[in-house]
Amino acid sequence: MRRICMDYQAGVPTDPRVLEAMMPYFTETFGNPSSPHQFGQETKTAIDHARSKVAELIGAKKVGEVIFTSGGTESNNLAIRGVAHRNREKGDHVITTKIEHMSVINTCKSLQKEGFKVTFIPVDKYGIIDLERLKSEINERTILVSVMYANGEIGTIEPIREIGSICHDRKVYFHVDAVAAAGKIPIDAERENIDLLSISSNDMYGPKGVGALYIREGTGIVPVIFGGGQEKGLRSGSENIPGIVGIGKAAEIAKNEMYSESRRMVELRNRLINNIIRDIPHSYLNGHPTERLPSNVNVRFSYIEGESLILSLDMEGVAVSSGSACTSKTLEPSHVLLAIGLAHEEAHGSLLFSFGRQTSKEDVDYVSGILPDIVKRLRAMSPLTPKEELG
Amino acid sequence: MGEIPDADGVGTVGNPICGDMMQIFIKVKDNRLEDVKFKTFGCGAAIATSSMITELAKGKTIEEALKITRADVADALEGLPPIKMHCSNLAADGLRVAIEDYLKKKEASK
Repeated sequence: MRRICMDYQAGVPTDPRVLEAMMPYFTETFGNPSSPHQFGQETKTAIDHARSKVAELIGAKKVGEVIFTSGGTESNNLAIRGVAHRNREKGDHVITTKIEHMSVINTCKSLQKEGFKVTFIPVDKYGIIDLERLKSEINERTILVSVMYANGEIGTIEPIREIGSICHDRKVYFHVDAVAAAGKIPIDAERENIDLLSISSNDMYGPKGVGALYIREGTGIVPVIFGGGQEKGLRSGSENIPGIVGIGKAAEIAKNEMYSESRRMVELRNRLINNIIRDIPHSYLNGHPTERLPSNVNVRFSYIEGESLILSLDMEGVAVSSGSACTSKTLEPSHVLLAIGLAHEEAHGSLLFSFGRQTSKEDVDYVSGILPDIVKRLRAMSPLTPKEELG
Repeated sequence: MGEIPDADGVGTVGNPICGDMMQIFIKVKDNRLEDVKFKTFGCGAAIATSSMITELAKGKTIEEALKITRADVADALEGLPPIKMHCSNLAADGLRVAIEDYLKKKEASK
């Protein structure tokens, strides 16, 4: 049977070119970059090279503004906790949004337990942050604003440049979780007035277990992991050399191919959205129609539930994910879908199709072809479907 | 699967806000469940338990059918993941509500 993955948001294969670049660093080149001898200097050179590639991808002015971590979650923890703890004497107020990744939301909640005040700004029906509300919430105790570059679930891209300029004017640090955006759309940390920016390797076809945090020179931050003082003292622990080489190569490829790949993806994305909305009654796009990640399609179907859709598609060889409670550990539907104003049953009936480098037009047409019958069958089974819809 | 248009009893349990809702329809003849059908909004486990209860209940007397428990449904499916035991395993409740509906209607028509 044909197997099609449209769940790249959940996991991405390592690009073979990345793997090839990494291989020598498992067996041949193994020195500790802190060592002054040749073995050490070889790996130090490799790390410096990877750092420069990541810096280029995200528009860092200086290569030294990038440090390596174990992934997006650690980068978000370090950025938020590190800035909050370092600047406590200046203030105790952090602002973020209601649609952040859990690694931002739960880090902010942990700060609340330590006595910090956290404001979760609402978003509109497309998932765009309310800028006026942001301006009005910043006060003299505010030290940090954390907003994601783009939301991986509904695909919405936030007005980062505007937020950056607001934070710059009000002299508040600005952290951006760019895990879902990096490598897919252009990012310019320097020009967009971003002070801290988190990225993850796997989301851009690098190996799992590696990430990076951009920290603008002069930003007040303390570490959350202590030890031998690697990565300018901000991330102790012997460097994950193969992983760092991998994220560097992944960043290089992503930058080189971004223009052509994003054009291709936007075409596929719009094709799938148009097919679904045209062929399936009572189907609606979640997220913004144009301010949207090229690889993201999130659609809701009235009267049916997401997990039954996932299982039906899985039987046809197609992998997708959903905002349904049944696929989460908490049994609560996605906080992102609730934040854009969907009712619980609408959130339960939402599906996320996320594309990757392997996704083809044939894949999109295959999925567009099988989906209407699946939806029809599940609707016939659902007590919520009005009789006149069944026909 | 589906609806029984002239059902003798209907049981609706769960609610779409939680992500699982089902309706069980029964047709009764000579104190036996002649036919049992379902409609379900919910995840795979919810659909599986609804389908299984129709298998388990069909042909049984009212008294026998009332004895079917959530555990019986889960066992017949050879187990359910723990997280699904509570939220999606509503079918036995749905059948009981449908039978109560039937008994109430029968009482009223006397």
